[in-house]
Amino acid sequence: MRGTSGVLIMKTMQLRLTVNGETRQWTIAPGDLLLDVLRREGCYGVKRGCEKGECGACTVLLDGKPINSCLMFAAQAEGCDILTIEGLAVGDVLDPLQEAFLDHGAVQCGYCTPGMILNAKALLARNPHPSEAEVRETMAGNYCRCTGYLKPVEAVLAAAGRAPAPARSGRKAVKR
Amino acid sequence: MSGDRAVVGQNLRKVDGVKLVTGRPAFTDDIHLPGMLIGKILPSPHAHARIKRIDTGKARALPGVHAVLTYKDVPRVPHTTAGQAWPEPSPYDTYLLDNKVRFVGDRVAAVAAETRAIAEKALRLIEVEYEVLPAVLEIEQAMASGVAVIHDEPDSTKIFDREHNIAGYILREIGNVEEGFRASDLIFEREFRTGRQQHCPLEPHVAIAWLDADQRLVIRTSTQVPYHARRQVAMILQIPVSRVHVIKPRIGGGFGGKQEMLLEDITGALALATKRPVKIEFTREEEFYMARSRHPQILRMKMGVKRDGTIVASQLTVLATTGAYGSHSTTVQGNTGSKVLPLYRAEHMRFECHVVYTNTPVAGAFRGYGCPQGFFAQETLVDEIAEELGRDPVEFRRQNMIRLGDIDKLSAQLGEGKEGLPRHIRSCGLPECLDRAAAAVDWDGKRNAAGGPAHLKRGVGMAATMQGSGIAGVDWASAFLKMNEDGSFFLQVGAADVGAGADTVLAQIAAETLGVSLDKVVITSGDTDITPFDVGAYASSTTIISGGAVRKAAEKVRAHVLDMAAKMLDAPVDKLECGDNQVYTICECRKAVSMAELAMHAMYKEKTQIMDGASHFNTDSPPPFCVTFAEVEVDTETGKVRVLHLVTAVDPGTAINPMQAEGQVEGAVAQGLGYALIEELLLDGQGRPRNASFLDYKIFSAKDMPRLTTILVETDEPLGPFGAKSISEVPINGPAPAIANAIYHAVGIRLRKLPIRPEDVLRELREKLPTL
Repeated sequence: MRGTSGVLIMKTMQLRLTVNGETRQWTIAPGDLLLDVLRREGCYGVKRGCEKGECGACTVLLDGKPINSCLMFAAQAEGCDILTIEGLAVGDVLDPLQEAFLDHGAVQCGYCTPGMILNAKALLARNPHPSEAEVRETMAGNYCRCTGYLKPVEAVLAAAGRAPAPARSGRKAVKR
Repeated sequence: MSGDRAVVGQNLRKVDGVKLVTGRPAFTDDIHLPGMLIGKILPSPHAHARIKRIDTGKARALPGVHAVLTYKDVPRVPHTTAGQAWPEPSPYDTYLLDNKVRFVGDRVAAVAAETRAIAEKALRLIEVEYEVLPAVLEIEQAMASGVAVIHDEPDSTKIFDREHNIAGYILREIGNVEEGFRASDLIFEREFRTGRQQHCPLEPHVAIAWLDADQRLVIRTSTQVPYHARRQVAMILQIPVSRVHVIKPRIGGGFGGKQEMLLEDITGALALATKRPVKIEFTREEEFYMARSRHPQILRMKMGVKRDGTIVASQLTVLATTGAYGSHSTTVQGNTGSKVLPLYRAEHMRFECHVVYTNTPVAGAFRGYGCPQGFFAQETLVDEIAEELGRDPVEFRRQNMIRLGDIDKLSAQLGEGKEGLPRHIRSCGLPECLDRAAAAVDWDGKRNAAGGPAHLKRGVGMAATMQGSGIAGVDWASAFLKMNEDGSFFLQVGAADVGAGADTVLAQIAAETLGVSLDKVVITSGDTDITPFDVGAYASSTTIISGGAVRKAAEKVRAHVLDMAAKMLDAPVDKLECGDNQVYTICECRKAVSMAELAMHAMYKEKTQIMDGASHFNTDSPPPFCVTFAEVEVDTETGKVRVLHLVTAVDPGTAINPMQAEGQVEGAVAQGLGYALIEELLLDGQGRPRNASFLDYKIFSAKDMPRLTTILVETDEPLGPFGAKSISEVPINGPAPAIANAIYHAVGIRLRKLPIRPEDVLRELREKLPTL
């Protein structure tokens, strides 16, 4: 919209929501995407991969459900409880999924990793012991161009307490 | 081969892993600078046109717009965007902005504005009058007389034959192939076609440029080649190299697509014009057609064999298109010959290639770098020859393949845009790769098994491939190490980890050499102000070349550490050893000093900073070897090919981090699978992209992937650090030919065009069996 002076005037509104356990109040424009607002407010772990809901890199948990934050207006998240990757670890204690992704070599470039882990987190919350097929079905919404998905799937199964396929190299991952 | 090594050969966690799994701000776009503007590029709507008039008045007048640049506003410096060592072998045929556009998506103008919305609106306000020129879209038309000349500008250089749209031409011969064909009992000749695959890094290209407090141009960018980008940007923007600082943060995948100076120049130009920080980030759609892709090729492969199975002569003739600009044109295509033909020991070899311009998206470096095309042709033809001779494809390859002690002379003729160096095979795990992969897929059992439901036919097929480890005599790297008070070391390398794990592998090499645990090595990579030079992440060079530099630097620092310990322990250096974060005597006295004590002593008693650096290059490029076995199921009613199992056995020399090495294989296989079956950027009759989104251009998802088996066959390469070669590229070559050969085994049809789509399978099936 343009004012009489020719300057673009953006209508703003207030958004109240919970992000990673903390109550937030942000000034947004009605058309702002949730993805953009979260990144603007410092949640850089929410990644922009396609802005069309096709790649899953921007996945966050909204009231426990995985959603593509690029497909949602921030305004629609009014009153919601959002978990981004930044909120998954408790202090310095990583979530078992994060540990498993490191131990299984499931992280390469790491760009799709936050979305994958959050999607897996929601899966394990509703189905603590998924089969490999269920993991693959769920993670079909998270494109990864680096790993071929084998190690991420193994990591999710390991975090779920399912014995993963033995490491083919016969050498277990060790912490540094 | 890990032996008694404490760090090398161990499955250690990635050194940058924690920040990635916790989503800490680590990538290019994970910063926000005060006053940062958003840059956008106006893409050409025409495949070939001259800009007759361009009026930016309305765009400039839009509130919030800070700069609009056209060719009138910037220096005209012919260059290549290929991030290659100077002098780049690619033609200098590209301009920051030009008065001519050569593909749909070519740069017309660039704007910087307060917000993305304003920038996008400004693009729409730029008035452009085009003189639309006839477009050359088909690869086979490009050289015809009378077609439009794409690079008619007078100032571009290193173009082979601009009048005929030929960017580059290669002809190399070993022996005399005509003589070889005359001496052959059987001759086979087939034509193959390959498609335009896009890299699809999950992070699209992004660059942020600003002037620091000293008014130096800082460019934080998603690049594989920080040092080349610095040199190129300085040349294009006509500022000294010392005034440019390129930072490579974490990168969200490159696969060759970021071996390009792609956004750095225009982002830098906008930052200079506005004196404000500027960010340009490609959308996914822009990434598909404004970034780079794999060179489409038409390949004619001809081989002559004796009845006993000996391959006598092998000839590959290629017509490739580089798109509108010649980025990596002769070098990618050179690889199609030099890395492919020598896999078999034919006495006579000939490789000829024309690389032509077309008004299509620009091709560039892409994992495999010309080899996926070449191996698709060669390995499919070899399968056909084995079949014709009644030989098992594995045994036929075993008879003819390159082996330990061989010298590949074609590589001597075909280097990086010039004469190369011969390749001596000093390590070769090919025979074991064949044995183990064949066993893993149950080759003997499945080769002879028939069956499956009436319309679902199963088959197995295989392919053998190789690659290089760095560019012989060209790629080089350096590394610097200094010791801290707590006995840790800072490792500084110009090498560019783009997600494949280079930082971890390089830190492992340093830690192993110095006898410290991995947490004692803190690595900084890819920052042109802080780290010493490295050509960057490409040509499968990082582990062997950058790793070689790290090894040398660490050996020098280890010598300094031992000298210091000799003084402290009053023991001769040759009786000292480093290990377990200490230096200890290997004589009876069993004295030891911890690295931390040693460092404190050096710094505060001896007033000495323990530090050193080294540079490294190789005059040879040891090939990693790979075999791929595929089991497929072909639906004869729909033509759909389902891959059931892909087995990949690779000889990477020593795997510095086996878990990461496996990850490289599995990722490459997934991309190779996409290349084989589904991935192709399509253009319409005007050269416009038809499927520039993940909805229309599919890549494999977790659900679509077949069962993968990865086998590392470790060898000991004398030229590599701790015996390492490379691994990241070679496994991408095998899936396409292995799948094509498995389809033949299943249903008896030969597919010679990539990707292999169901409609092609169905058509071939109906031609073979008209009753279907």
